[in-house]
Amino acid sequence: MGFVDSHILSLMTFLPILGAVVLLCVPKGKDDVIRWIAAVASFLPLVLAVKLWFAYDRTLAGVNVASQYQFVEHYAWIPSINVEYFLGADGISMPLLLLTALLSFLAVIGSFGITNKVKGYMALFLLLETGMMGVFASLDFFLFYVFWEVMLLPMYFLIGIWGGPRKEYAAIKFFLYTLAGSVLMLLVLLALYFNTTNPETGGHTFNLLHYMAQGTHNAWLKGFDVRVLMFLGLFIGFAIKVPLFPFHTWLPDAHVEAPTAISVILAGVLLKMGAYGLMRISFPIFPDVTRWFAMPMAVIGVVNIVYGALCALAQSDLKKMVAYSSVSHMGFVLLGMAALTPLGMAGASMQMFSHGLITAMLFFLVGVVYDRAHHRQIDGFGGLGAVVPIYTGFISFAFFASLGLPGLSGFIAEQMVFLGSFEAFRPIVIVAAIGIVFVAAFHLWSLQRVFLGPLNPKYATMEEINAREIFCLAPLGILVLAVGIWPMPILNLLNASAVRLVDLVKAVI
Amino acid sequence: MFLGNLASLRYFLPEFAVTATILLLVVLHVVTKSPRSTASGFLSLLGVGTAIFLAGITPTGAGRSIFEGMVAHDGFAVFFKVLTALATLVVIFMSMDSRDLAGRSQAEYYIFLLSTLLGMFLLSSATDIVMLYLSLELVSIPSYLLAGYLKGQEHSTEAAMKYVVFGATASGVMIYGFSILFGLTGSTQVAEIGRSLAAGKATLPMLLAAVMVAVGFGYKIAAVPFHMWSPDVYEGAPTPATAFFSIGPKAAGFAVLVRFYYTVFAAADPGTGLWRLTSAVDWPFLFAVLSALTMTVGNLVAIKQNNVKRLLAYSSIAHAGYMLMGFVLLSSAGIEAILFYLVVYLFMNLGAFYVVVVVSNTTRGEDISDFTGLGSRAPFAAVALSIFLFALTGIPPFSGFIGKVYLFAEVIHRGVYWLAVVAALNSVVSLYYYARIVRAMFLEEPKDASAIPVPAVSFAMLVLLAAPTLILGVYWEPVARIATDSVRMLAF
Repeated sequence: MGFVDSHILSLMTFLPILGAVVLLCVPKGKDDVIRWIAAVASFLPLVLAVKLWFAYDRTLAGVNVASQYQFVEHYAWIPSINVEYFLGADGISMPLLLLTALLSFLAVIGSFGITNKVKGYMALFLLLETGMMGVFASLDFFLFYVFWEVMLLPMYFLIGIWGGPRKEYAAIKFFLYTLAGSVLMLLVLLALYFNTTNPETGGHTFNLLHYMAQGTHNAWLKGFDVRVLMFLGLFIGFAIKVPLFPFHTWLPDAHVEAPTAISVILAGVLLKMGAYGLMRISFPIFPDVTRWFAMPMAVIGVVNIVYGALCALAQSDLKKMVAYSSVSHMGFVLLGMAALTPLGMAGASMQMFSHGLITAMLFFLVGVVYDRAHHRQIDGFGGLGAVVPIYTGFISFAFFASLGLPGLSGFIAEQMVFLGSFEAFRPIVIVAAIGIVFVAAFHLWSLQRVFLGPLNPKYATMEEINAREIFCLAPLGILVLAVGIWPMPILNLLNASAVRLVDLVKAVI
Repeated sequence: MFLGNLASLRYFLPEFAVTATILLLVVLHVVTKSPRSTASGFLSLLGVGTAIFLAGITPTGAGRSIFEGMVAHDGFAVFFKVLTALATLVVIFMSMDSRDLAGRSQAEYYIFLLSTLLGMFLLSSATDIVMLYLSLELVSIPSYLLAGYLKGQEHSTEAAMKYVVFGATASGVMIYGFSILFGLTGSTQVAEIGRSLAAGKATLPMLLAAVMVAVGFGYKIAAVPFHMWSPDVYEGAPTPATAFFSIGPKAAGFAVLVRFYYTVFAAADPGTGLWRLTSAVDWPFLFAVLSALTMTVGNLVAIKQNNVKRLLAYSSIAHAGYMLMGFVLLSSAGIEAILFYLVVYLFMNLGAFYVVVVVSNTTRGEDISDFTGLGSRAPFAAVALSIFLFALTGIPPFSGFIGKVYLFAEVIHRGVYWLAVVAALNSVVSLYYYARIVRAMFLEEPKDASAIPVPAVSFAMLVLLAAPTLILGVYWEPVARIATDSVRMLAF
């Protein structure tokens, strides 16, 4: 077990791609074998994630202190330019690592219904999982960037080959948007490299923790204008991924066209990467600019909340509505972060985790109805509650979680964000609170149109949700409920790091 | 300080190997009954392989000037000799596979190919402007013949004609520039010219000379605005020859560009890895503008292309633009970045062309529509082409990304931020047109779903080209070291 314990993050990152290699060797036509290999390859990281959960020391904060990171692996990779293979976990990355492992496994199970080119699909999916894990585990900026980009290719193909009617358009739009953001990040990354020194070796460095120690910055990098430009370069790169208004336009297309399981991953994990990038990279490296930019960020966050909700209200396509609800919910994350209070920061982390669970449920559920009816028009149904009661129960649960019903995880997260940010930005938070009304409105209104009222006779014989689908939904539902009632385990996980991050940003440099 | 002619011979072995092969090919052409036999291809492989071997084993030390100062024998030259010979080796395999060339006289084709290679050897090591001019012509003239090799095909003839006219003009302007330099300094030795120019301050004639020479070299590397010939030539020439033009002469062009400008118009600051300008002529800025223009024009025009060969022609213009960034920085790291980029570019670009050859052997066309559904018609070739195209875009984990990182890094290190931003945005644009091919291959259903055969040799070659494209994206330290060493030994 020694090897597993000392390389647990590497294993979580690379087991999926190993599975992909194995699965590519399976001869054609054995689709079931391929499916099960993929399931095992994504189940093993989940097992390791559980191990991570129990082994993680919740008193250590991490963030900018290398010795407080856990499960660290640190090797030289390309010595001539000081690229390191540096993995580690702290309270910022832990919830997201767990979330990724869980959602990836469920998404593989949820993809068992894919019958077209199964081998390619599963191989690409596992490559995607490697990219996601790598992003959350990397503490070297170069490594982070490589993993960040590695996700683009499989995502492009997964949307482009297995997607809906406008898949080509959606796939390339996603690809171009994200690439545009990441080349900006690349430039900032290189500028950081040349303007910092590694205190241990005196050379340049890609180590994120060295960047966070402001003493490693040279005179040029201490100039405020330069820092603002670099912060904004990173911010745009991350904002595209979150996505923040006005960089969000790729999201509805990608989400709507992507196959169900990929929408789950897109909304459940990929969107978190942008916010994670801000927490892991932008905030601690540029604390002064973060303080200066806190108010604009809060405004953008609220615009996301309100604008996303209003757009969702206007949608006639159920999946598009759910997609816009993600825009709205990610606004809470930004608002909580921008408040620069421990409660707000923890709330933002909590919201990421909770939204990952809830939105995954929502996309799975939309996929279920789409598989049966082959459309998602909200007005095209009616009275489904009488035909598929169990399904209706699940979706009502998910909708109530999404609109923030007390007792479910979304409520906890949103309240933490509101409480954490109220003192800092009173008027803005009041606007955001009003936005909640719209959030509730689109959920309830669509629930009413699809499941209540007179039954649309076309769907009188609709098939009830099956066991495999329940298998995907139940763990998520249980977690949403558990976190909603007793959030302390998750809060303990992320609290120390949230406090440290806020201290770090608030410390005057 | 210069080695005499006889003493120089033992540093000239790769060139001898190529020359001997050319002569043997002539003999073979005369004695064999069938001019179409594949024997000439195999003979060429053998010759080029020997040349690579000889270039690899000849020690360079700190570099020496041979043949009374005509040619340099140093790490820089050897790097380019091995690179261009490797490219030629792949192109020979590609030519033996290509249906374009089947049924035509083979020996002559390989004679032209190897003559160009000889020219490239000399071009990357010439240190005398007369030698330099001669070797440039030795690259150009067989290239014209290669472009027009598909006798009877209008496109091919047009390609050769355009190539000749543009080439003649460019080298005419270049030699005018040379004559100005000779007039100013009274020497044909580049090192001597550099020293004389640094002493005197004749700014206007120097500017004139710098610009005129830039025309000649710019034409070889297909930099905007001297790129007009390349799309037509690339489209009309036999595909293996196109692949050859996109890397061979271009690499040699970069070699001579760096050697000439860094010797004549700049001087090395020992120990710092930097150069300084020796005059008021700010040619790096001139080339920085050319670089930005080249990548932008190349990428923007590529978007509208429907012919894959033409698209790759514009893409190769754009890549010349990226590489020019390394040239304008007056630092060893900038040159290293060019060398590194050329290595990764060799594999990814030749790989892309190789797939074009394989596909067009069956479809008889090179339009993007001919690639529709390749993902199911020839899955391996389609996956390989995707790897090459995404590598060309510069996306990790492929080698092209690392190449771009080195270039961008040095541009940012030297503080030329505007150029870095232009290049970064260009990368995004390039994704669009590379992805068009990928989209046709995987996202669209073919009209004709019959399988496209991939012969064993092509399969092996694609594996050999894809492997470095993948491996260098994950671990590239050895190649980075080779690039560093090759610049360090640059001797003038």
